[in-house]
Amino acid sequence: MAKTLAEINEKIKKGEAVVVTAEEIIDLVDEKGIKKAAQEVDVVTSATFGPMCSSGIYLNIGHSKPKIKLGGGKAYLNEVPVYTGLAAVDFYLGATALPDDDPRNRVHPGEFRYGGGHVIEDLVSGKDVKFVATAHGTDCYPRKSLETWINLKDVNEAVLFNPRNAYQNYNVAGNLSDKVIYTYMGILQPNLGNANYCSAGQLSPLFNDPYYKTIGVGTRIFLGGGVGYVVWQGTQHNPTAPRTEKGVPRSGAGTMAVLGNLKQMSPEWLKGTSMTGYGVTLSVGIGVPIPILNEEILSYTTVKDEEILAQIVDYSEAYPQRKSGSLGEVSYAQLKSGKITVQGKEVPTGSLSSYAKARKIASLLKDWIKKGEFLLAEPVELLPSVESGISFKPLKERPIK
Amino acid sequence: MLKKRLVLTFPQTMVEEPITYRLIKDYDLVVNILRARISREEEGRLIIEISGEKEALDKGLNYLKKIGVAIQPLAKDVRWLEDRCTHCTVCVPLCPTEAIVVDRQRMEISFDKDRCIVCGACIPACPYKAVEILF
Repeated sequence: MAKTLAEINEKIKKGEAVVVTAEEIIDLVDEKGIKKAAQEVDVVTSATFGPMCSSGIYLNIGHSKPKIKLGGGKAYLNEVPVYTGLAAVDFYLGATALPDDDPRNRVHPGEFRYGGGHVIEDLVSGKDVKFVATAHGTDCYPRKSLETWINLKDVNEAVLFNPRNAYQNYNVAGNLSDKVIYTYMGILQPNLGNANYCSAGQLSPLFNDPYYKTIGVGTRIFLGGGVGYVVWQGTQHNPTAPRTEKGVPRSGAGTMAVLGNLKQMSPEWLKGTSMTGYGVTLSVGIGVPIPILNEEILSYTTVKDEEILAQIVDYSEAYPQRKSGSLGEVSYAQLKSGKITVQGKEVPTGSLSSYAKARKIASLLKDWIKKGEFLLAEPVELLPSVESGISFKPLKERPIK
Repeated sequence: MLKKRLVLTFPQTMVEEPITYRLIKDYDLVVNILRARISREEEGRLIIEISGEKEALDKGLNYLKKIGVAIQPLAKDVRWLEDRCTHCTVCVPLCPTEAIVVDRQRMEISFDKDRCIVCGACIPACPYKAVEILF
């Protein structure tokens, strides 16, 4: 028996909706079967928490007296440069931005202790942040410099806008070389000394709706501890990636662009992140509710770690040189056990994505919905799926002579 | 039998003093060096696991104090900042002594100070700076 989203929302408003997490649904369907569970369950909550580099915020800080036009000038938050190529007092701060005087990798591996992601964490922690700007000055905006403390509570709009988050699947990173390497997938020991992965697996949003049958522009989500929205497919969205028989992508695949009010968010779910030898980023917590409109949608949410496969990629040579080829395929159940076997060798595994925090988000979102505080939103357009033919293209260089 | 894990700090002038030899030979103690950083330019640091009868151990440690070696229990030197830890587990495979372990049901980390040898491998690995060594 199919349900509509409006019917589910009516039940949520009355406090009668049956909501379970993407983990709980697995046992529930094992026990009751798909048909019965689809009648009973209204919403399945999925979640993820991990470093997501394509993240950032835009702020409007209000006009100083006399006024300054930041556009075309330079501005910094806690010495981290922001992008000013917008209107007078709007700017964007990206998670991976670094202070101009950060030593970076001059002494390798660099520490990257503070950058854009950390400024964002400081802002949502309620800390004052130092704003410094210089501009060219105009008749209507005469001021040429500005130095002031700013605080999230005092600015006008403050919006987290992440062009690519929540990758549907991700590589498992290993190192075949004889030297330690420092990557965005962590420190990788030589000769496959360790292997790192980055996904919440069976809890992760896009694994629970692999063909994007419910998620699209306008989907209301948990974002960084507040309420946000899916606003577009994420950059590098690649629905045509190879899939298993059950539709689970075996590599990268779908992504989401998300947006939400930064003022509602908290440092528990937006964390400045330092990757030694690589740079800074922001770890983001995202939770996506999946409305159980029919049995097919429910069956996707029963996906288990055993059924989700990822490719093991060598980050010393294959990844940086854009060479294709996988060292093998492993399931998230194997990865989460703490060791996998690669080329006959037992390799210990670590994760960059926090399953413990993903679990907490799925449970928080479940509570919000059960209490009637969070209604589901009907997407105005679903994310492009397999039939769109969209695939992620590499850059074809055309040398400039 | 008593067993202790200690951080010994001694000044540059003492780096040629064979203190482990003395502890073993003169005080009949079992000394296992977990980590050492000694150079002529800086003070020496030695992390040891030391065991023996109580009396011998007391005498041995007295000898160290008398010659000017500062003694600290090892545990004081490592701090796991649980409020910064996200339990991601990326540090786990780098820990050589299984001082950082994962409860695979809860997928949460715990830190066993007694197993930690202060090798420092987890420090650069932690994306959230959730481990500190006061070294």
